[in-house]
Amino acid sequence: MDASTETAAQSGALDATAPSPAVAGSNNARPASNAIVSNTNTAAAAVAAAAVEDDDTEGEGEDVAPRFEDWAGRWDHIDKLLVRRGPFAQPTFEPCVELRDFLLEQCRILVIGAGGLGCELLKDLALSGFRNIDVIDMDTIDISNLNRQFLFRQKDVGQSKALVAAEFVNRRVAGCKVTPHFCKIQDKPEDFYRQFQLVVCGLDSIPARRWINALLVSLVQYNDDKEIVPGTMIPMIDGGTEGNCVLRFLQFSVRLFVGLSFTALFCVAGLLYQGFKGQARVILPGMSSCFECSIDTFPPQTTFPLCTIASTPRIPAHCIEYAKIVLWPQAFPDRALDTDDPEHINWLYLEALKRANEYGIQGVTYRLTQGVVKNIIPAVASTNAVIAAACASEAFKLATGCSSQLNNYMQFNGQDSLYTFTFEYEQKPDCLVCSNIPLDFACSASEPLRALVERLSEQPFQFKAPGIRGLGKTFYMSAPPSLELSTRPNLDRTLAELGLQDGAFLQVADVAVPLPVQLKLQFRP
Amino acid sequence: MINLFSLKQQKKDAAAAGGKKTSAAQLRTQKDINDLNLPSTCKVDFPNPDDLLTFNLAIAPDEGFYKGGLFRFTFKIGPNYPHEPPKVHCEQKIYHPNIDLQGNVCLNILREDWKPVLSINSVIYGLQFLFLEPNPDDPLNKEAAANLRENRRGFEANVTRSLRGGSVENNVFDNCMRSGNSW
Repeated sequence: MDASTETAAQSGALDATAPSPAVAGSNNARPASNAIVSNTNTAAAAVAAAAVEDDDTEGEGEDVAPRFEDWAGRWDHIDKLLVRRGPFAQPTFEPCVELRDFLLEQCRILVIGAGGLGCELLKDLALSGFRNIDVIDMDTIDISNLNRQFLFRQKDVGQSKALVAAEFVNRRVAGCKVTPHFCKIQDKPEDFYRQFQLVVCGLDSIPARRWINALLVSLVQYNDDKEIVPGTMIPMIDGGTEGNCVLRFLQFSVRLFVGLSFTALFCVAGLLYQGFKGQARVILPGMSSCFECSIDTFPPQTTFPLCTIASTPRIPAHCIEYAKIVLWPQAFPDRALDTDDPEHINWLYLEALKRANEYGIQGVTYRLTQGVVKNIIPAVASTNAVIAAACASEAFKLATGCSSQLNNYMQFNGQDSLYTFTFEYEQKPDCLVCSNIPLDFACSASEPLRALVERLSEQPFQFKAPGIRGLGKTFYMSAPPSLELSTRPNLDRTLAELGLQDGAFLQVADVAVPLPVQLKLQFRP
Repeated sequence: MINLFSLKQQKKDAAAAGGKKTSAAQLRTQKDINDLNLPSTCKVDFPNPDDLLTFNLAIAPDEGFYKGGLFRFTFKIGPNYPHEPPKVHCEQKIYHPNIDLQGNVCLNILREDWKPVLSINSVIYGLQFLFLEPNPDDPLNKEAAANLRENRRGFEANVTRSLRGGSVENNVFDNCMRSGNSW
């Protein structure tokens, strides 16, 4: 089956975008980016043929294609939300057609992750009227993705998820412009993220979420009255399914519903069947609780005591962990384990099997090895669809204000009937990321660091033993003694000599405060 | 509450003068390091003072089986600190029930019992404790643990021999004796 017939066969599922025959037939309705349209009528067939033809000469003149003109009534369903006021609209909402133009033409949205959630998100957003979409994913397509990551086909295996997903949506949804980025989120500079109005995450890792959360919080700027400068706050909508939230549910059931034993039971049962749970969350950096505020609700990854693994293994996972953390570094001291490399996994599997036989443990298999080493948790397509839909709705509401938004965390459990619960995460007063609003600190370029330390010992700080860093350097630390000694000469250097300029940031730690205070230097003229 | 449409005109003029952003792990580490309060038997030093995420620890126990020795560890703090514990490695080959011959350390708070409320300080105290009270019930070096359990005198002799660079059960150990008060 070639790509175009396959896509056409799918049009039933994505019918909302199929142009009506009358308009699609008119001359100026040629899609900018190869929209595949329904083959069932002759008027559209010409467009489809053009699209197929374009496939052969891919990349030619794509960028200068004339702007796509929508067929009549294409956005009727969106206008219903935007040109009249609903009971749940935000107070500032003013119904108007300009809102639709903003959505279609100006609003730029970033989708992080083009996997299970990402595919759903891209489809949902593109069909909801978002047209300027960027998608970023460092991963390539694996054959095991194809059951649920529906923008990918077998021929795409091994290719970049972001590139293939973007190409598919551009081809399928007329006028939609998805720009792919095949890299890590950490590879992009701040300015890249600054260009978006919204960020939606379909991630499977906590570190990536923390990173993007911290970045978005750091982009928020405050004016002299400590109010957020409009436009510097980029809302983040975070979707997650299973894996990242399954254990979190367990903890919550204990924390929030003490006494409601049914919830606890429900969650214990949840460990038996995985993949049916998810969460959606809206984070307004600087305004609402951020991802880091609730990081403590994630338990650390299940780890086994090293001594158990080394001397008293009892379950297959112990043997696999032994092969991974003890045997691999011994055998290949210079080669990092690549959990995506089948040869590496096979080596671990054989070693784990040997050890299991030694201890009379049953059940070490290749699949289990892969599961333990990569921490694989089953994914369920419908859960992804539910969570992505919730996230896309929030994106739409945030972009237009047409309805009140999720406040601010929703959990979904489809495992045993349907259960959802919404509650508000509160900002953590000593959150390392979002409570760290820089304080202006008056000083001059010619004064020594010692003068600054002395002023920090006075009101309002009263720091007795500060540790000062900035620009990625350690300027002075009160402890430990070796570090104090080596940084002491800096106390007699002036701020200018230390390379500090007006507007530079310093981080000052002290026993008196739960986290380092951020100072923004304001040089006196 | 918030409406992007109403904000869109005012977007950016943002190019901040900030420079590099400081990660949560760095902030927390800075706090941990500046708050270090160590006994005279422990000393940390930083090969590069600008990089607080990598440092060395030396422990010189003043009592117990390991009195007179000087033991060196490296600490590496990852970007997920304090959500994940620091990585600690013993740099010498030593004879200890809870430290294997490759330098891996079995200390509960470095793996299964790690919690973000713990700090670098607590890890250092935990390591020192291993030298004061080696734990035979949690062995990484099984022979040493069995010895400690069944033949305390023999274990003590083995430790003393190993500290001087001698061999125990066909393993030659590094000389870990402290010379005078040097670090």
